[in-house]
Amino acid sequence: MSTHPVRTRASRTGASRTPPALGRVPAPWRVVGYTVVVGMALLYLAPFVLQVVTSFKTEPDAAANPLALWPTTPTTAAYERLFGVGDHGTSVPFLRWLGNSALVTVVVTVGRVLFDSMAGYALARLDFWGRRVLFVLLLAVMAVPNVVLLIPRFLVLNSFGMFDTYAGMIIPLVVDAAGIFIMKQFFDSVPREVEEAARIDGAGVFRTYWSVVLPMARPALITLTILSFQGSWNEFTHFLVSTQSGQYETLTTGLARFVAGGLGGGSQYPLKLAAAALSTIPVAVLFFCFQRQFVRGANAGSVKE
Amino acid sequence: MSRAVETGPRRSRRSGRQGVWGWLFVSPATLVLGLFLLLPILMALWVSLLHWDGQSDPFTGGETDFVGLDNYRELFTRDGLDRTLFATSLRNNAYYVLFFVPLATGLALTLALVVNQRLLRGRGALRTTFYFPSVTSTVAVSTVFLFLFQGSGAVNGVLSWFGMKGPNWFADARGVVWVVLGGLGLVDPDHPSGLLAEHDFLGLSWFEWLSGPSVAMCTLLFLAIWTSSGTFMLIFLAALQDVPRELEEAAALDGVTRRQMLWHVTLPALRPVLFLVLTLALIGSWQVFDMVYVMGQGAPGNTTLTPAFLSYQSGFGEADYGQGAAIAFILFAIILLCTGAQRLLLRERTARTSRKAVR
Repeated sequence: MSTHPVRTRASRTGASRTPPALGRVPAPWRVVGYTVVVGMALLYLAPFVLQVVTSFKTEPDAAANPLALWPTTPTTAAYERLFGVGDHGTSVPFLRWLGNSALVTVVVTVGRVLFDSMAGYALARLDFWGRRVLFVLLLAVMAVPNVVLLIPRFLVLNSFGMFDTYAGMIIPLVVDAAGIFIMKQFFDSVPREVEEAARIDGAGVFRTYWSVVLPMARPALITLTILSFQGSWNEFTHFLVSTQSGQYETLTTGLARFVAGGLGGGSQYPLKLAAAALSTIPVAVLFFCFQRQFVRGANAGSVKE
Repeated sequence: MSRAVETGPRRSRRSGRQGVWGWLFVSPATLVLGLFLLLPILMALWVSLLHWDGQSDPFTGGETDFVGLDNYRELFTRDGLDRTLFATSLRNNAYYVLFFVPLATGLALTLALVVNQRLLRGRGALRTTFYFPSVTSTVAVSTVFLFLFQGSGAVNGVLSWFGMKGPNWFADARGVVWVVLGGLGLVDPDHPSGLLAEHDFLGLSWFEWLSGPSVAMCTLLFLAIWTSSGTFMLIFLAALQDVPRELEEAAALDGVTRRQMLWHVTLPALRPVLFLVLTLALIGSWQVFDMVYVMGQGAPGNTTLTPAFLSYQSGFGEADYGQGAAIAFILFAIILLCTGAQRLLLRERTARTSRKAVR
């Protein structure tokens, strides 16, 4: 796991103001360079552009002109079907998926922020028996890849009678080892003086944590919130093995089952792409508002498989 | 002086109180991680020794069959469908790793070097563009790729502009090695020659082992590289900004060319991070699951089957949870082995470089 120091804004902008060590690239190379870079950027953008455009096409149009950047006859039928308005008939229980995703994400995010920061603080600051062992265990647990847990998680949920319940979907996700690690690292990096002062003034451990430490930890908490939101919104494998009935489907499991077959009836690409686009929007909005925290998160060693 | 006398008892009293609070603070995390991370692994270890169909309770004894290492034996030594499928999934994932790790790392490093150019216009926008696919859900982007790579889809449309006829991506089980060699007229992929077809390893003929990733698997590779390169790029970028400026300036004063600067100043400074990214890519690429589920579920011809998906399928598809758990453990061992090997390499390298260069 990486342990890069978190870069401050000042050093970043400072770096961009200083001129490069070597001078400008000669003009012809610059043209070639910009062309290649812009081409690459287009490659990265094109799938999203085509996705959004196609979601406004009719089904025959989407099949006949997959590359057209404007629908022949623009229609919002796909979106109306997802939300069950208009006379296009119902399609998939999109609103249920959305509701489940929102519920799980909110509870998991709140839980992670609270429990991860508490555990991270205790591991960094509080002196208690077994702390070393716990930290070593935490590092060991972080090395367990998620896909290895597919069947094991099901076994545990099944024996606890939690299979196919909201509890089974939420509780196993409500703490994550990587989040604890990030918080511990943060608390290790801030000076103890403020807390010591609060303690000397007579504040108990919990008071100190709640009204002195947590407010200080805002940057780390924001990073953790964003990572947790993104992680639980995009979570797929855990929901796949912890539920089976349709009423617990989230945007990821619902869409995956819909796309991977099952619901039949033609290719339905405008509908699928509209559902995929809508499910991307919350994380996209979060991303554009909090880019800096995402960057920090990526450097905290969290990587998408 | 009196202070020093006082701190003794107060310290121990405080640490006693801290001990209770410490455990209170870590108890929710310990409970959840213990019950849903450690316990599952132990339970699965037990179940991997059973023949269990998911119906009865495997922990009370009763109707479950204890079969010892049979589930593992079926995967490695016993001739049969289980072993062939497992070998196929290992082959598929090994080729996936072989292509994904260097391509994603190389692309990410290139993007980072480009975006790090101080005089480049729109660096921020470019960084955002390259990183955005990494934050989206794999299920959603897999849906998009299914659309793009259809037989008469957008990708084949673009290929036809250049006079190329694209394959029917998701239905094409041919391995790319044989497609290329066949295209050059060196071998006949439809009629494998004697030596390769007659010998086999783990129930899979040499011809199949050497096939390379299938055309269908290539779409998964494209998707994985497209969604991971942004994250890796950010890790490289952070490291690039930590390259000491004095080093670059000193090199510039010595009159180095751009290429010399890259090879002798920038890249050596990036070495530790390069190993970090390689490790992350290696670990991640043995865990392909989400996109397999959405984009093929193993089809065509089991060429997109990965051990992770096979483990899921044995359990939830065929109700053979013992077998599924056994595959999960083998996968775990593979990943730990890869990480361990890279950690070892990394430690040696960093030790050597830190001894050499005293910053």
